[in-house]
This record gives sequence, C-alpha cells and structure tokens, in this order.
Amino acid sequence: MIIQGRVFKFGDDLDTDAILPGQYLSISNPEELAKHCMEGYQQDFPQKIKQGDIFVGGSNFGCGSSREHAPIAIKAAGVSCVIAKSFARIFYRNGINIGLPLFECAEAYEGIDEGDTVQIDTNNGLIKNLTKATQFQAMPLPDFIKDIIMSGGLVEYVKNKLKNSRRISL
Amino acid sequence: MGYTITEKILLDHTQVKNIKPGDIIQVDVDFIMTNDISGPVSVKQFEKMGAKKVFDIERMAIILDHFTPNKDLSAAEACKTMRNFAEKYGIKNFYDAGSGIEHVIMHEKGYVKPGDLIIGGDSHTVTYGGLGAFSTGVGSTDLAGVMALGKIWLKVPSQLRFVYKGKIPEWVGGKDLIIYTIGQIGTDGARYKTMEFSGEVIKGLEIEDRLTMCNMAIEAGAKNGIIEPDDKTECYMREEIGITDYRVYKSDDDARYEATFEFDVSNLEPQVAVPFSPGNAKGVSEVTGIPIDQVVIGSCTNGRLKDLREAAKILKNNKVHPKVRAIIFPGSKKIYKQALKEGLIDIFINSGAMIAIPGCGVCFGGHMGVLAEGERAVSTTNRNFVGRMGHKSSEVFLSNPAVAAASAIKGVIAHPEEVV
Repeated sequence: MIIQGRVFKFGDDLDTDAILPGQYLSISNPEELAKHCMEGYQQDFPQKIKQGDIFVGGSNFGCGSSREHAPIAIKAAGVSCVIAKSFARIFYRNGINIGLPLFECAEAYEGIDEGDTVQIDTNNGLIKNLTKATQFQAMPLPDFIKDIIMSGGLVEYVKNKLKNSRRISL
Repeated sequence: MGYTITEKILLDHTQVKNIKPGDIIQVDVDFIMTNDISGPVSVKQFEKMGAKKVFDIERMAIILDHFTPNKDLSAAEACKTMRNFAEKYGIKNFYDAGSGIEHVIMHEKGYVKPGDLIIGGDSHTVTYGGLGAFSTGVGSTDLAGVMALGKIWLKVPSQLRFVYKGKIPEWVGGKDLIIYTIGQIGTDGARYKTMEFSGEVIKGLEIEDRLTMCNMAIEAGAKNGIIEPDDKTECYMREEIGITDYRVYKSDDDARYEATFEFDVSNLEPQVAVPFSPGNAKGVSEVTGIPIDQVVIGSCTNGRLKDLREAAKILKNNKVHPKVRAIIFPGSKKIYKQALKEGLIDIFINSGAMIAIPGCGVCFGGHMGVLAEGERAVSTTNRNFVGRMGHKSSEVFLSNPAVAAASAIKGVIAHPEEVV
C-alpha cells in the first residue's frame, strides 16, 4: 500500500497524555476520541488534522500510559501513518493491533520538516520526501508483526486462531 | 550461558527451549487484569474476535478504579459495560468502585505470585516485579487477545541490571531510588528492556518500596521491572497473603546483561522529579521553597500502608498550610481500614488533609483534584507530563510521601527535616 500525506512534526517523548488527555478516557467511540486528538499538545490541534496527514515524531513516541485511546484517536482523526525515531513499547503494539501503520526511521525524522509531503510504501518501508526529493529506508517489520497486519489486525488474527482451534477440537 | 530471572520466567512460560533478547515468543499467561478505561475497549474487541468465553475465569480480575465512583455519565456507562461483562462471562474476581487501585488489589488478593507471568491492561502493571513476577502492561486489543487465548506474543527484552550500593540515608526510599535512576538513564533509557534492580540496598528495602520501584520502570520505557524474591518476599507472601506455593527464580551468575549500572546511594537526598518529565530528577534541596497549591499522597506508586505511615509521621501534630489542599487516598479498602485502626486517618484529618476514595482519578487529572491554570502540586504519583493533573500550564512535582507531607505543611516544597 502507498500512503501519501502532509506532515505534522513533533519532538521526543510525545506522551499519551499529550495525544489524548486522561479526562477523555471514559470515551471509547473512535469518532468522539478523534475530536480530542493531540489536544493535550495543542488545544486546537484536532481542527488542523486533515484526512491522510502523517505524523513524524522523535524518540519514544507515545510514551506513558497503555491507553489504546491514543492510537485510536490518531487513526480516527484521519492520520494515515506515524513515522518516528522510536516508539514506546505499548504504543507500538497498540498501533499495530488496531492497524495504524508505524515506521521507525531516525534518518527520516532528520530529513522531514513540518508541512512536507511524504510518501510511504508500507510493504517495504521506503519513505519518500516528495517536497525535498529525498528518500529513507525504515526498519522492516518483523515477520510475526507482518502476519498480524496481513490478517488485518489482531482482532482478525485471533478470530482465525479461535476458528482453527474449534475446528481441531471438533 | 546463564539466564536472568526475567528470561527464566519467560522460558518457563513458552514452548521454545532457548531464548535470547530480540526473539519473538508466544507465552502462556498466568493472570490478566483490566479496569474501567482499557476494559470497555477490550470487551468490544473480545466480542469482535468471536470469542465465546474467557480462557480461564479464575485467572482474570476486573477492577473499576479510574473514574470511580462514576465521575459522569460516560464513566457510568463504561463501568456498567464492565459490570455486565463480569456477570455474563462469570468473572468472580470483580472489584467495584471503592475497592481500591488495581495494582494494589492484585498483590493484596494473591493474584500475583513470584515467578508468575501477568499481563494487565494498564501500563503500571510492571509493579508486580517487586515480588519477583514478570508483569507488563498492554493496550485493550492485546488484552482482548489474551482474554480469548490465554497467550500473548512478547519480544524477549534486553536485560539491564541496576546495582545499588552503600547505606541508604534517612528519608530516602524506593521512590527516590527510582526517580534518581530514571534521571540517570532518561525516560527512554530502558525502552523495550528489563530493569532488574539488585544489590545490598535493594535487599534492605521493604516490599512496598520494591513495588514502588518496579511501578515506575515504565517511566524509563521498560517492558518490566523486577527484583529477585528473597526472605522478605517469602515472609510477605506467607504472612500477608497466605501463599507459599510458587516458583522462585534467580538470575544466574553468568547471565548476560546489555549493561550494568552501579549507584552508590549513601549521599543521595530525597529526589523530586520536576515538570514535565519523570526523568527530570533533582535533589529536594535544589527545589525547596517553590510555592505549591496541592499535595497528593497515594496512588499505585505510593498508596500502601508504609507510605501512609510515613506521611502520618510528618503530619502528626502539624497542620496543612492554609493555602494547600492536601488529598490523601489509601490504595485499597484493606489499607484504608488498617490506616483507620492505626489512627493514621485521624492524624490526616486533624492536620487538615482530606481523605479520598481509593482509586486512580487524582493521579491523571481524571477525577477529583484537578489543577487550575498555573497551579502546582507535589504528588507521590508517577507522572508529571504536561497537563497530567489538569490545566496544561499546571505543574506536578513527583516525590516520596515524606517530602509531600512536609511540603503540605510548609506550603512550599520542603525537606522532611524542616518539620520534624
């Protein structure tokens, strides 16, 4: 899949309270959560996001709480992909599990500025900065994670497992 | 080549015979836990997965602690979702509003044993490493997967060892050691890795302090924090919990660590993490005198009996400064009752502090104790991110219970020695 979009750039240690403040955690509807995406970072940020936009972050993106509400809000707001120098562990798992493409690439972070237009090939992790005519290679995804993505996220992956195990037990 | 305690626990929960850091393995899970914020999303995903039952209803706990007693309509609906789920699927280990904080209930009720592998729908699930268990937090969909399968995939983490030497000074405890450590390695210093705490100082720590240290391993990005079980662990499990049947794992002498950090703590003063990162560690003397509006004592980090006793020692026969709101919340109903029995609650109320219901709300600006624009709090909790406890311009200074109590009396950040 090829993703293309306009970039919002953030620094290191962007935490989940910035992505989705704690006061909204009793909400689980994605569309409602999207209305508060990045509100802890900047109050009017949710209004700035357009369908297909790409987030580029520094190291430890998504650190802090385990709230899946954070990647859900990002995805539901229309963000198509997050590229970061590195991701916090739980955020990374959550993103993969709900089908939000995440790519680790320190060089891309250095070579992409806010407002640039960037294209990503999710199959091979090739990141092209169309504004600056440069390109970067993201870390390839481990096979196991590719399996989950190929299944369409963890929900589908587990669904298949449950189906297979029932067939065996019969 | 030997293994660390973390690697040994992982090995005993997987089919493969050898592991090394970076391997992706599937593990059998001993116990799972969720709450009223990650839970409702897990329930939705669990049903989408087509699961008909929880893998083992005896090995799951649901604890409603984040927005309880129901903060508003949406919290009420979230709690109702979890209550209905527990009833429908037969989850007996169900703890409704006011029972306590998940990471306190979990070890109090004996759901955590040394050597266990525990997955929770909350980042502070790392707490149980203080008893020598492997425990880590995941998001809602991951947890739904474990609810259905009783298994999860994990990447074997690189192993970091932290050795604490010297004689621990007065007023310094687990909270200070962990804030200092995060200050040394940074908030991503242990990202995706294990933090194994060891050395003579750790051996001398009470279980409460060990739980506090492991609780904040996540603030350095760690997958898990862990401390080898010893006599104190066994005594705690036997005397407090009434459990003697579990497996004790210890790290081999030739276990491989990516790095070993050694700290001599003999001259360490109480630590304060200043805004806006748990890694901004400073000695308390560097920040004394900063005016504050609120003090918070409690949470999954410092809401246990030892923490309340420490705060009471400072607050006894003292008054909370008239400009400070002091909120104290015991970690669980059991701790609350014991604090009542020991007269701690009397001391708190007489000092002018208020007692809140055991829960998580205050810590994350979710429910009660929200800070206004420009306000400042000293808190025994675990995070001080921008807006963590309220307005984006409000500030949270993280400390141990004694520093928080002393600050409540003085109205400014203070060293406990200033008031006793």
